[in-house]
Amino acid sequence: MSVTGDPDPKLAEYAHPERLVTTSWLAEHLDDPNVVVAESDEDVLLYDTGHIPGAVKLDWHADLNDQVARDYVDPEGFAELMSRRGIGRDTTIVVYGDNFNWWAAYALWVCSLFGHPDVRLLDGGRQKWIDEGRPLTTEVPTPAPADYPVVPRDDRTIRAFKDDVLAHLGEGPLVDVRSPGEFSGELTHMPDYPQEGTLRAGHIPTAKNVPWRRAANDDGSFRSLAELQAIYRDELGITDRDRVIAYCRIGERSSHTWFVLTHLLGVPGVRNYDGSWCEWGNAVRVPIERPGHPVRPPGGVGA
Amino acid sequence: MIPAPLAEIVEDFAASPREMRLQMLLGYAQGLPDLPDRYADQDALERVQECQTPFFLAVEIDDDRRVSLFFDAPPEAPTTRGYAGILAEGLDGATVDEVLATPPDFFTGMGLAELISPLRLRGMSAILAHIKRRVVELTAG
Repeated sequence: MSVTGDPDPKLAEYAHPERLVTTSWLAEHLDDPNVVVAESDEDVLLYDTGHIPGAVKLDWHADLNDQVARDYVDPEGFAELMSRRGIGRDTTIVVYGDNFNWWAAYALWVCSLFGHPDVRLLDGGRQKWIDEGRPLTTEVPTPAPADYPVVPRDDRTIRAFKDDVLAHLGEGPLVDVRSPGEFSGELTHMPDYPQEGTLRAGHIPTAKNVPWRRAANDDGSFRSLAELQAIYRDELGITDRDRVIAYCRIGERSSHTWFVLTHLLGVPGVRNYDGSWCEWGNAVRVPIERPGHPVRPPGGVGA
Repeated sequence: MIPAPLAEIVEDFAASPREMRLQMLLGYAQGLPDLPDRYADQDALERVQECQTPFFLAVEIDDDRRVSLFFDAPPEAPTTRGYAGILAEGLDGATVDEVLATPPDFFTGMGLAELISPLRLRGMSAILAHIKRRVVELTAG
């Protein structure tokens, strides 16, 4: 049976209100057998220090990533993961996490690669739930395995690869959601912390910089529709005819922006380039833009 | 050379099943000692800039050239607290030379890489490097 949406008036403004729930809606649906709550955090220990009662853990590194290739789990791996978490194809998944739902949005995006029909984000994430004094537990649920079909992973519709981005240059908007320092190329290497291993600094030519965090209020919830429109539609000039690609460093922050553009603003055809700067800044002979350095076409013969 | 108490922690992790290792790290996070009163004012502590979460560290060296370490990190950053807890237990009381000789990749054998992404795991080397830098500064001249 499908689970009804959250009728909250703030959510109702968004293009796809069925993709979000409020903390109060979730509090009333914790015992709903058709709902599975999943926590996905940047800090891998946070779930174990206390989580929403009944919530399972979805770890981006250990669960969602392939452990050998730089890729996501394959269809068999995804089906097995979902099954172990007690999630069926008809289950409503509500994802939440730390750091403004950074990783929660990433987990939701990965579930969307497999076309999971009903996956929602908790508006405000872990922070808002805790700030409102709502309960946490350290009890880890042991769900009965569910039947989850092996479904193909669609890598075309919402995912972009390096070659897609190269072909996209000059054809449509590119949104770089990293911090201004990363975008301008000032940040290349901090002492003892080579930043996630990129050899070159700067950004992909034609990209505009809108740090992902601008879409969130201080309490972790998303900004209102009007505020989001002011940022992405007015300031950035994105229209529904554009085919936007968003990227960051490893694709998790840009999942957050992908969610905002796709589900809150209703922009069709937005893709997340999960290779992001970690791939681009290491790739040979791709163009890079940095203030004061004109973008050059590839040198050499046989380009 | 990894100082003996730290080497023991590395071995404990290595010998434990995968599911246990995160629980052990959580144990170190929860067991991180509170700061002594003299560091109650956190301005007295140094902020480790490399860490994404606020993290504070103070180093003291006594007349026998033994190192004492003091850490603080918020409860919402349990992994960082866990790293600090491991280094607090593994290096506190070691000599200056022992601390400086600790290999930057001492944690490779702990089996954490399959649980924590390499990018985040690097936080451990960042903290160790910072400790070493403070030790060098304090013993210079």
